[in-house]
Amino acid sequence: MKKFLIVFVVLASVLSLATIKIGVVLPMTGGIAAFGRMVWEGVEVAHELFPDVNGETIELTVFDNRSDKIEAANAVRRAIEVGKVNAILGEVASSYSLSGGAVAEEKKTPMVTPSSTNPLVTSGKKYVSRVCFIDPFQGWAAAILAHENLGVRNVAIFMDVEQDYAVGLANFFMQTFQELGGHVFFEYYKSGDQDFTAQISDAMLTGAEALFIPGYYQEIALIAIQARQLGFFGPLITGDGADAPETISIGGDAVNGLYFTTHYHPDSPAVTENAKLFLTKYKEKFNKTPAALSALGFDAYMVIRDAILRAGNTDREAIAQAIRTTSNFPGATGIINIDKEGNAVKSVAIVKIEDGQFKYDTTINPQ
Amino acid sequence: MPMKLSNRTNFILTVALVFFVWLLLFFINGHMNTYMIRIVSLIGIYGVMAVSLTLINGITGIFSLGHSGFIALGAYTSALLTMSIHQKEVTFILDKVAWPFNSVQLPFLPATIIGGIVAAVFSFLIGWPSLRLSGDYLAIATLGFSEIIRILALNLRSITNGALGLKSIPQYTNVWWSWTWLLITVLFVGSLVNSSFGRALKAIREDRVAAASMGINIFKHQLLSFVIGGFFAGISGSLYAHWLTTIDPRTTSIGVMLTFNVLIMIVIGGLGSISGAIIGAGLFAILTEWLRFLEEPMKIFSFEFSGIAGLRMLVFSAMFVMVMIFWPRGIMGRKELTWNTLYSKLRRGSGESNE
Amino acid sequence: MNLYTFLQNLINGLSLGSLYALIAIGYTMVYGILRLINFAHGDVFMMAVYFAFFLVTLGKVPWLISFVIAILAAALLGFTIDRVAYKPIRNAPRVSALITAIGVSFFLESFAVVVFSGIPRSFRNIYPKFLNNMLILGGHEEVKYGRNVIVGGLRIPIVSFVILIVTAIALVILWWIIYKTKIGMAMRAVSVDIPTTSLMGVNVDGVIGFTFALGSALAAIGGLLWATRYPQLWPYMGFMPGLKAFIAAVFGGIGSIQGAVVGGFLLGLTEIMLVGFFPKMAGYRDAFAFLILILILSVKPEGLLGKRSVVKV
Repeated sequence: MKKFLIVFVVLASVLSLATIKIGVVLPMTGGIAAFGRMVWEGVEVAHELFPDVNGETIELTVFDNRSDKIEAANAVRRAIEVGKVNAILGEVASSYSLSGGAVAEEKKTPMVTPSSTNPLVTSGKKYVSRVCFIDPFQGWAAAILAHENLGVRNVAIFMDVEQDYAVGLANFFMQTFQELGGHVFFEYYKSGDQDFTAQISDAMLTGAEALFIPGYYQEIALIAIQARQLGFFGPLITGDGADAPETISIGGDAVNGLYFTTHYHPDSPAVTENAKLFLTKYKEKFNKTPAALSALGFDAYMVIRDAILRAGNTDREAIAQAIRTTSNFPGATGIINIDKEGNAVKSVAIVKIEDGQFKYDTTINPQ
Repeated sequence: MPMKLSNRTNFILTVALVFFVWLLLFFINGHMNTYMIRIVSLIGIYGVMAVSLTLINGITGIFSLGHSGFIALGAYTSALLTMSIHQKEVTFILDKVAWPFNSVQLPFLPATIIGGIVAAVFSFLIGWPSLRLSGDYLAIATLGFSEIIRILALNLRSITNGALGLKSIPQYTNVWWSWTWLLITVLFVGSLVNSSFGRALKAIREDRVAAASMGINIFKHQLLSFVIGGFFAGISGSLYAHWLTTIDPRTTSIGVMLTFNVLIMIVIGGLGSISGAIIGAGLFAILTEWLRFLEEPMKIFSFEFSGIAGLRMLVFSAMFVMVMIFWPRGIMGRKELTWNTLYSKLRRGSGESNE
Repeated sequence: MNLYTFLQNLINGLSLGSLYALIAIGYTMVYGILRLINFAHGDVFMMAVYFAFFLVTLGKVPWLISFVIAILAAALLGFTIDRVAYKPIRNAPRVSALITAIGVSFFLESFAVVVFSGIPRSFRNIYPKFLNNMLILGGHEEVKYGRNVIVGGLRIPIVSFVILIVTAIALVILWWIIYKTKIGMAMRAVSVDIPTTSLMGVNVDGVIGFTFALGSALAAIGGLLWATRYPQLWPYMGFMPGLKAFIAAVFGGIGSIQGAVVGGFLLGLTEIMLVGFFPKMAGYRDAFAFLILILILSVKPEGLLGKRSVVKV
């Protein structure tokens, strides 16, 4: 009996070691639950297409960070200590990736965030990487969009003082826009605010030609509605925080004509094999066109898997290093090269909302 | 057998308990995984928060909803002092750090104490106008003040780094720091309660007019109690910040929600009881972790997660409301878990069998 | 700031204030009768809005009928909350009642997160489009970005007129109930002295339940109009407006219905004017509301229109 037990235990532990565990840490509830859901859809598609690597099954476990910073760190910690994962996929918003990434770094576990764009998420770290561009680049691209493509010279930046992402992106936009000779001034709000009439009136008073709103979709939609109601008809420009169907469902007619920078659009010309695969499988599974975050979720999974493939084993250290040497990986969002800082060098897609749809406008490439 | 334990016996038993707890902590520190150890530290921190709040709300009868403000003050002050100067420069990317934080770095203990002092100073400033109000108004005023503190933290970017908050705070808090501070808090507040000052507080709580006619200066007593509670809240804030390693003025981490959480702890444990506060703190910490299973039953072989997100908070709040309805006094009510109560239970048991 | 912007801000402030006023009426009524700060007030309005939303989207019920049903449902919800959560602790210390109210608020919000999910939903298509339009005074037509638009001029949300009318009707109905009906008299009696009232043979619990139902119905009306102006639904949507409405009620004199209305308008105005005159302070806007509250409580705790009450020993 004892012998049987020993064999059983050994076998069980070997078998459990034989699966590769990826902890998926996402905001499944809370303020940005929509984003979490989108990323998860992309991860699901990737997992269905490529459920194993090196002969072993990949097992996904979801940890909800409830769109909360403390929870973000807790979730990563639980994934590593209790879930014993080999790698972490997540989180979505920069604030949470910063919080969770600190834990991943401390625990020497590789973490790949699909969508966090704030540079601090990876700076100085060895284990945290991303498959998306970073905000200095996004801000630069948005400024080019505003100054060159749309031709405005005077922009009111509506900054959400509660979000790292917004504050960072606002400043990066400002730097480039001012270098190009434009003029900016700030209006402030907080996440959860619902009335922006005073700020919009002030922006109109100071002669803003366009509004740059580097925040998240809930406020973007309301600001758009109120801006149009108050008689501001200039272009609205935002960052990838607007890339959610809620922007249109809440904003309605007011967001038609809104431009935003983002990571991906199904109609963008840079198409890889994986992109086509992703698009087909996603449409088949969910019966709708994918959002950028889904594509990024797909890519994050694929990059982790590719790293495990190249590393040849499930050692966390090896996976982390392999991630940092990802080169020319054909992701759904384009060719992914991850540099030694853990950042991906990619192009920005500009999307315009027209007739209640996300329409591809143009691409801005890194210089 | 004697009716009551002598003071000497009480003292010996207490020292023995402390020794036992320390032994337990030593064991936990050595043998449990880091996740569990962190929960144990957290219980200590929550304990300090709860005891400091029960001094104000339960023992003195001041219905303060502003506790999170003082916790936040302690947290920010101490974190700004313990972070290295280089770290502060790196973290404050928008507005440069203000003086004196840009040139100062202190070890954990002095930083914590200064955090407590800053919180105490603000308690004094806030208590001064607020304590003139009564009941519900006082509650809302203190709530307002703590919100103001939070919003100031959000906007004063050169001091608090605004929404970005402070990151990479050195993780000094471990079971020793948190539980030692808990011991200090309990000893201090406990001896305060058992002194004439404490009796005056309880008199004020029971019947203000009678207390005033006895010559007790209500305002002074309440203010002092408020400040002491604020001091320890600041201490707990410092411990909390160095446990979390990141603080920011978002509502869930150090805002109104935190006040409500501490309130839940002391209500469940028993409003007005120090031992109740500690029990409540422990229950809260363990329950919030344990109830997680409602949200994410780990799934093997597939990637379906059938846990319903948010269920944990729902069950928690439902339990809280039910405790309030059926058990408004909480576990301990106003009584303390003393050696005497345990002893009298023992006595009754053996006494009955003798008769 | 020029005259035009000032006037526009004035309009915006009154518009926001009208919403605060409507929500504050329900709050102050419950407080006046029961001395309970019903923290769950804002969450009841959230539930009513979600209810109306699902009635229209899933039930395909016409919007006006959905609104009415939602208001009735909210009244029922308020009554139930009182029966289940507040009645058992009627005789416990006031602190317990307050904490229970917080618990109920917490519960409703968590419930909404689980059942409705935290993803924001749009209220835009629920009500007829014209309610979202603006009445434009002045301005001139221009062609911008390929469309004929009116530039300049003062813009008044049409829904604000609706709110004013609804508030006026609500006030009249409330006045009639409180001063012209038996149950109103019972409510007034309960607000003065509960034991004596019950000795007089009045079913105190029933009266209190009715008060809650009435207050919740008012909250629901306020909530539905709030959602019309700011068409975004999410589980915590009632928290801040509820709190601000409470501040407004205290501002005007808690327990006084006229005070609630005045307080609501003043709070809305001050909030908008603050941001209008000091745009840099927009991040402090909620803090400012609290500051006003504290100032009022320190200087004139009975509020603008309240009467100073003497506590007899």
